[in-house]
Amino acid sequence: MFRRERSIPLRGSAAALCNNLSVLQLPVRNLTHFGVVHGPSAQLLSAAPEGVPLAQRQLQAKEGAGVSPPLITQVHWCVLPFRVLLVLTSHRGIQMYESDGSVMVYWHALDAGDASLVQAVFARGIAASGHFICVGMWSGRVLVFDIPAKGPNIVLSEELAGHQTPITDIATEPAQGQDCVADMVTADDSGLLCVWQSGPEFKLLTRIPGFGVPCPSVQLWQGTVAAGYGNGQVRLYEASTGTLHVQIDAHARAICALDLAPELLSAAEDTFVHIWQLSRSPEGGYIEVEHCHGECVPDTQVCGARFCDPSGSSFAVTGYDLAEILRFSSM
Amino acid sequence: MSVRTLPLLFLNLGGEMLYILDQRLRAQNIPGDKARKVLNDIISTMFNRKFMEELFKPQELYSKKALRTVYDRLAHASIMRLNQASMDKLYDLMTMAFKYQVLLCPRPKDVLLVTFNHLDAIKGFIQDSPTILHQVDETFQQLTEIYGGLSAGEFQLIRQTLLIFFQDLHIRVSIFLKDKVQNSNGRFVLPVSGPLPWGTKVPGLVRTFNNKGEEVRKVEFKHGGSYVAAPKEGSFELYGDRVLKLGTNMYSVNRPMETHMSGASENLAAQTQESIAPNPLAKEELNLLARLIGGMEIKKPSGPEPGFRLNLFTTDEEEETSRRTKSWLGSWGSLRSWTSQGGVPARAMICLP
Repeated sequence: MFRRERSIPLRGSAAALCNNLSVLQLPVRNLTHFGVVHGPSAQLLSAAPEGVPLAQRQLQAKEGAGVSPPLITQVHWCVLPFRVLLVLTSHRGIQMYESDGSVMVYWHALDAGDASLVQAVFARGIAASGHFICVGMWSGRVLVFDIPAKGPNIVLSEELAGHQTPITDIATEPAQGQDCVADMVTADDSGLLCVWQSGPEFKLLTRIPGFGVPCPSVQLWQGTVAAGYGNGQVRLYEASTGTLHVQIDAHARAICALDLAPELLSAAEDTFVHIWQLSRSPEGGYIEVEHCHGECVPDTQVCGARFCDPSGSSFAVTGYDLAEILRFSSM
Repeated sequence: MSVRTLPLLFLNLGGEMLYILDQRLRAQNIPGDKARKVLNDIISTMFNRKFMEELFKPQELYSKKALRTVYDRLAHASIMRLNQASMDKLYDLMTMAFKYQVLLCPRPKDVLLVTFNHLDAIKGFIQDSPTILHQVDETFQQLTEIYGGLSAGEFQLIRQTLLIFFQDLHIRVSIFLKDKVQNSNGRFVLPVSGPLPWGTKVPGLVRTFNNKGEEVRKVEFKHGGSYVAAPKEGSFELYGDRVLKLGTNMYSVNRPMETHMSGASENLAAQTQESIAPNPLAKEELNLLARLIGGMEIKKPSGPEPGFRLNLFTTDEEEETSRRTKSWLGSWGSLRSWTSQGGVPARAMICLP
């Protein structure tokens, strides 16, 4: 059972995007950082354990040319071995900052060269893999940036081709050992999932085809891919083979966010957030899923949701048009 | 965001505008032939080929200010005149109605069905004019050509683009409050029951498969809502049952609505709506607008035909309160309506912050 905790007010409401909440847990400093996209700006704020807001900062999308200011598509903290960077993707490019958003260390402008007149050009989908940061593009390409231990000497090291439609989300986890080398999964608007092995050169291991609906959110845990789809389904696959193991008719509208803590959290535009317990069955070794908890956020089209601590005993939610971060913790 | 959004935004807002104008023309007992002419003139301006050509070009959405200018021109494409207060109210009603429809669309693609609902109703207004009917049908064809083949992902992007456009608009609309589709804080009610989007299964089932793809376990869980599968998919053909009710005329004659003055004294600062006061538009936006409006053929009222003023408020008192609350818009002309003070109750009104 979860109870509602004190909300954290936002300067601006959350935009109707997917994966519109990033959380950086800093247990050592007893702080949690939150990042939410408003539209042409993103808001970062840090809060104490009870949700008391301490500091906040707003970041703008760079390069405002054109009729309207460029919109931000996602904001996400990337935890690398020696540093944490904050990455912001927009319709103009990719901005990377020091983790508190104080200094921009890198700017990559999007090259709209190949885009036809009718295609929207943007970057979307951000994840850290080892000392790399991977960012998805409207074209389906995934850019791999090599990040040094410190300083701004960031280099675009590779461009991965696996998708033909805009990337929606990227998920990573440290490689699990000899049996399972898959440590990154990318998802796109057609529902296609690509499973990769990271390295000086990334290698495509498996492709898991879509079925006509977008996959806005994806997670990776112990060699299992958890994918949320536009028709409200959550599917779990074996990352190395692409075998479907679990199919959940979880939500009544498109899923907008997933998180893994080791519990799985799914949030959708149907106003619900569900928490699922994942385990491996002793006999077959395959994934088992059990529903733990469902929370209705009344009249709110949820657009982001994350666990706020490593044990999954608290989570935060953002909603379209809502100028606050809602918090829940288990009783 | 998506560069395919403007036609959908324009046509749906235009449709809502026509519903409201039609209702007000009837409420104010404007003679039938005059009312028909007003609607005909506006509709034929809306669907003018040159205008549609500009509209359908892939482009980013205009700002709210710029779009408002287009509707100001459109509303005056006939002998009817609206004063500033009425135009403001009209635009607020139109905007909140379409925001509601986009938010409640079960699937992103259903916004196309909402558009077709508006077009179907528009065709009802101009049944006696084959030329304009043909224009509307041509627009229908164009919509089908452009949007018929878009993927679910592209529709999701269109939906997100529209929602970003409508972000932070929380104007309370009396008809929505009464129907309990909007809360008193201005937010729309999102029901957790009813028909599901086409293609979505009833939530509540967890199925587990083994390595051979065989189902080994099936468990139900309590999902918290009360949904039923959609009976059938709405039709995307020129004629057909759209199934979806969003985008149909909620001001139609059979609905009884009473007039009441709502508390118009709420704190204006609480509303974070972008100011739509006349402000210089960015040069580039002005150029785009000029091209778009250039395609509009605005009829000048001809000599003997007298223009008339349409009022979106029932009483001068109402209008006066609105004026005081929105005094930041600047000075206006006379508040006196030219139409008869018939005391016919308004069928829709806005609660102004």
